[in-house]
Amino acid sequence: MTDTTSTTPRAKKRFRWSAVFDHSILILGSLFMLLPVFLALTTSSHDNVEIQREGLKFWFGSDIDENFGNAMFEKGGFTKTVTGMTMLMNSFILGIGFAIGKIILSMMAAYAIVYFRFRFATFAFWMIFTTILLPLEVRILPSYEVIQSIGLTNSYTGLIVPLLASATGTFFFRQFFLSVPEELVEAARIDGAGPVKFFIDILVPLSQTMIAAIFIIMFVYGWNQYLWPTLITTDEGLFTLVRGIRQIIQAYAEGSEIPEYGQAMALALIAMLPPVAIVIFFQSWFVKGLVESDK
Amino acid sequence: MKRAGFANYWLPILLLLPQLTIIAVFFYWPAFNAVQSSFYLQDPFGFGSQFVGFENYADLFASKEYAKVARFTLLFTLLVTATSLATALLLAVKADKVLRGARTYKTLLMWVYAVAPPVAGLMGVMLFDQNIGSVTDLFAWFGYDYRLGVNYWDTAFAMIIVSVWIQIPVNFIFFLSGLQSIPQHVREAAMIDNPSGFGRFWQITFPLLAPTAFFLLIINITYALFDTFGIIDTLVKNNPASNPMTLVYKVFVDGFRGNDMGGSSAQSVVLMVLVLALTIFQFRLLERRIHYT
Amino acid sequence: MANVSVKNIRKTYPNGTEAVMPCNFDIADGELVVLVGPSGCGKSTLLRMVAGLEDITDGELQIGDRVVNDLDPAERDIAMVFQNYALYPHMSVYKNMAYGLKNRGTSKEDIDHKVREASAMLNLDDYLDRRPSQLSGGQRQRVAMGRAIVRDPALFLFDEPLSNLDAKLRNQMRIEIRNLQRRLGVTAMYVTHDQVEAMTMADRIFVLNAGRIEQVGTPSEIYRTPASTFVASFMGAPPMNLLPATYNGNGSVHLNGETSLKVDAPKDHIGDIQLGIRPEEVKLATGKSATPFKLELIEELGASRLLHGKLAGHDFTVNAPNNDAPLADNLMLDIPSDALHMFDHETGKRL
Ligand SMILES: Nc1ncnc2c1ncn2[C@@H]1O[C@H](COP(=O)(O)OP(=O)(O)OP(=O)(O)O)[C@@H](O)[C@H]1O
Ligand SMILES: [Mg+2]
Repeated sequence: MTDTTSTTPRAKKRFRWSAVFDHSILILGSLFMLLPVFLALTTSSHDNVEIQREGLKFWFGSDIDENFGNAMFEKGGFTKTVTGMTMLMNSFILGIGFAIGKIILSMMAAYAIVYFRFRFATFAFWMIFTTILLPLEVRILPSYEVIQSIGLTNSYTGLIVPLLASATGTFFFRQFFLSVPEELVEAARIDGAGPVKFFIDILVPLSQTMIAAIFIIMFVYGWNQYLWPTLITTDEGLFTLVRGIRQIIQAYAEGSEIPEYGQAMALALIAMLPPVAIVIFFQSWFVKGLVESDK
Repeated sequence: MKRAGFANYWLPILLLLPQLTIIAVFFYWPAFNAVQSSFYLQDPFGFGSQFVGFENYADLFASKEYAKVARFTLLFTLLVTATSLATALLLAVKADKVLRGARTYKTLLMWVYAVAPPVAGLMGVMLFDQNIGSVTDLFAWFGYDYRLGVNYWDTAFAMIIVSVWIQIPVNFIFFLSGLQSIPQHVREAAMIDNPSGFGRFWQITFPLLAPTAFFLLIINITYALFDTFGIIDTLVKNNPASNPMTLVYKVFVDGFRGNDMGGSSAQSVVLMVLVLALTIFQFRLLERRIHYT
Repeated sequence: MANVSVKNIRKTYPNGTEAVMPCNFDIADGELVVLVGPSGCGKSTLLRMVAGLEDITDGELQIGDRVVNDLDPAERDIAMVFQNYALYPHMSVYKNMAYGLKNRGTSKEDIDHKVREASAMLNLDDYLDRRPSQLSGGQRQRVAMGRAIVRDPALFLFDEPLSNLDAKLRNQMRIEIRNLQRRLGVTAMYVTHDQVEAMTMADRIFVLNAGRIEQVGTPSEIYRTPASTFVASFMGAPPMNLLPATYNGNGSVHLNGETSLKVDAPKDHIGDIQLGIRPEEVKLATGKSATPFKLELIEELGASRLLHGKLAGHDFTVNAPNNDAPLADNLMLDIPSDALHMFDHETGKRL
């Protein structure tokens, strides 16, 4: 590109200044996003008494192993049975279980809606898409009662399955399937592929990137669930990390002794590490999935 | 639907069955229950209930408490939406403009997307803590005695900051991808037509971003209304008494703490209507968008 | 290899569009039939009904000696080449060609044999391991052909297979497809809206208009004796000149009441008609019996030139050999009587 303004010295100078300004804003923004987590990290490397006395720490101390060790392996909670490891595992079960469940259910439903001619198609479509209207938070109490009456509280099923009752994934896959050229299914039919073969041999391989993107988004969504796990799990063996945060806060609010700041920060960091890592490593898929699914 | 779709009879029903079953049991049934129990006055232990018509609603709209929560929710939603949208837009415009380090900035500004609201809330609790909080220290330095969880507006301030912090990444991602989808030739034409970068932004870039902004507006309102639950719950530290709360949080508090099933259900239904209105608004915007482009 | 027989076939889409009106035709074994017509006239619909991708509303379709109305596309023993090729993007060229055979339960060795044979025929040997996205447009077109060939079908169906290619490649592929079809002797139905393709490739042309078959004939029949003004103006470039005229039954037609032209075979249709004259059947002349033509614009085509102007006050085009001679504004035309086509003034049918 030929930039005529940058050839004159005056314009060059102005250009520099604006770049400095742009970078300053971006650096400020990045710091704003980064600083709280940095503080959590540095603080998590200090002794509780020291934190209590001096406040949050801005640089690393020596207790990082101890705090993270305790967060992961010390038995905590009222029953003294749950460790950070248990919660980490439960978080993975929730995140992965939710993401996989979501992908399977919504791909199947979207496939039926897009690729079949049948009488109830419109009805099924509206059945599913009405769920966009009511987030779980709005119908939380009756949902809880339903789960309770079926006897699914304190189970992985009760934790995961009700969260699947939404249309987001189905809507996404529907959009994607509609963008697949018509002729592909026609060619496949001429090639003798029935509905099952077409799905497995052609549609699923074609959707790979989309599946990956949805997986990331849904994993993060499932992992970060808070309200639902809080209601549905009272058995500490089923706590997820994010659910565990509530226990920390509770202990903190009631606490008479010195709260375990370092350990709490360590647990918060562990709770954010897996989803953050996935989002950073698979950034391009994630961004693509996010931007395309919500439109 | 595809024009040459399969004409199988049972398969589509089989494919839809799992999704429809889950939705029927975990969506329609509870939603129906909510509407139904909003017309009943329930015994807290679940035995017996009495039909009271619109009494729960009447109580709700007469309640000063509810009005106060509604006012706070409105203010909270406005501030969170406006602040996070404006900040994200500024950052996206700059990230789109810089030549060096664009990728790094992008990563740095979006990773917080993956942080759970209650985790952010916990960090907020620490940062704004009365004894150890750095933000509290900062306020003290200015001579202000900041008290999270005690002073209503102090807590509100922390809620808004933490909520904005979490919401910036989504807005940033959408704005940036919106900016990057503006064709190069349009930018070049604008360069020629308008020498002032500021003028170019308001006359060309911003109108082209308007659809994204409208869409984000809805997303942000929904977020501030519903997804901030974890932030509020952690920041009020289990003690909502004198603290600000949003409508959704009140549904939870009344239903689970106060055991006021009818009242809580009526609140749910009010929120349902609100979401319905938002969704219709969104669809109409989408429709317009399709017509224009 | 098989003949195709269509009886009273009809298509009404669920939304009420009458895409194909009842029509009848037969296609002989090994024949290549081209369906041609303007956009939206129902070519694709007809072809897709034959393929089994679209339900047949009414009528009977026979391929070989089977009625195939209720058979799945895969059971009809056909192969289809699509406009956008519809290659499976995640499969290699080899797998793209093998997929149909695999689904039919053909043995691995047979598949390999057939795919290699087809790829040799189509010069695709070097590309068997590539994905479609790594191929050029022409190569993709060949893969789509290959996918059709390996199945050894009784009937080839082509839906505008060349319209995504550039002009040069299109000419080349046109010839290749024609040769291949001849060599394999497979019956074929070929849809295009390009009349050059239709003329050059077809054994017989079906001209469609608004869901009806307007005329069936060999390319030269279609060109020489168009059945209607629609066919006359659709086939041939530049299109036939059509002028309003009157015929008084005594062997000559009148244009604008003054200019008159001799007609060979006197018709009994007296009164208003439409007169058709092909631009290339008119010659520049000097003689007394010639018709005056007012030249307005010259288009150079290289070997020939198009002269646009007025004949008896009506727009008229002449396709004249290019001899670089300067032309005056007022020319004389020699219009032989066997170059005159007469059509009904209302229905447009040939008289
Ligand atoms: N699925 C459908 N539902 C309703 N009407 C349709 C459908 N498909 C095609 N039509 C209509 O049927 C008519 C014939 O369409 P068809 O696709 O056969 O045209 P075509 O001759 O192939 O045109 P083109 O040269 O543009 O491909 C058109 O008027 C079209 O609008
Ligand atoms: Mg067509």
